[in-house]
Amino acid sequence: MEARAIFDMLKGKFGDAVVELQGEGCSPAFVVVASAAVKEVSRFLKEDPNLSFDVLMCLSGVDYKEKFAVAYHLHSMKHRHAIGMKALLPHEAPSLPTVDDVWPGANFHEREAFDLFGIVFEGSKDLRRILLPPDWEGHPLRKDYKYPDFYHGIKV
Amino acid sequence: MVGNADLFVNWSRKSSLWYLLFATACCGIELMQAGASRYDMDRFGAVFRATPRQSDLMLVAGTITHKMAERVKRLYDQMPEPKYVISMGSCANTGGPFYKDSYCVVKGVDLIIPVDVYIPGCPPRPEALIDGIMKLQKIIMKKKNYGAKA
Repeated sequence: MEARAIFDMLKGKFGDAVVELQGEGCSPAFVVVASAAVKEVSRFLKEDPNLSFDVLMCLSGVDYKEKFAVAYHLHSMKHRHAIGMKALLPHEAPSLPTVDDVWPGANFHEREAFDLFGIVFEGSKDLRRILLPPDWEGHPLRKDYKYPDFYHGIKV
Repeated sequence: MVGNADLFVNWSRKSSLWYLLFATACCGIELMQAGASRYDMDRFGAVFRATPRQSDLMLVAGTITHKMAERVKRLYDQMPEPKYVISMGSCANTGGPFYKDSYCVVKGVDLIIPVDVYIPGCPPRPEALIDGIMKLQKIIMKKKNYGAKA
């Protein structure tokens, strides 16, 4: 299915929770979704037989300075089509529902986004830091991140 | 007489430099290459060990992150004396390509443990590594173990 058709399908099903289609003609185009509706939309994208997006290829955080975003790259092994999904979040205390019960592999990606951007995935089965040590302070890929001078007595 | 004892002890130490495999990045591939049959570090008595308790030499081959630094220190502490450290490649020497603007890479393994020989390169070829081992052997031969003040 083309991105426009997928977008229209989602728009018909979820109404205002599906905001807009970004980058049509790019691969993949992004459907912008209200952050509260991410889980319902994800489940529909995976379980609807005409869509069946069974692979979450990537989940990544984005820092736009005034806001955050979480981008999902989805692919269907059955239909061989792909789509992106994006949720925009406020800069203060960004959080959105987890999708690790829809795609179990999402857990490591969400932990990475939490570790490096400080985005909280509510209801996650295991949300710990994945790359940095557990006692690290701050989230280094944020654009306003300040480097510490020392970590455990070693100069950074 | 004392001089001869030094000579004997140093010769035996330099001729059996068993090194701890500590490969954390691409330098580890060159290290494996240097240990395999083509470059054959066995010729210098350098054999790899997978445990610090049987090692004389720690070959730090690769990038050390702050999360790894604690483990480097712990492994070094577990090695029996006398122990030596070779820092292999730019990352272990200075942080290398991660020197500027990296929050997670230690800017040189000498911030954590004492280093005897530094090998430049990114990564160094096996010839450079062998040269580093020979430099360390020369350092060991100059050590005074007995009657150092005489």
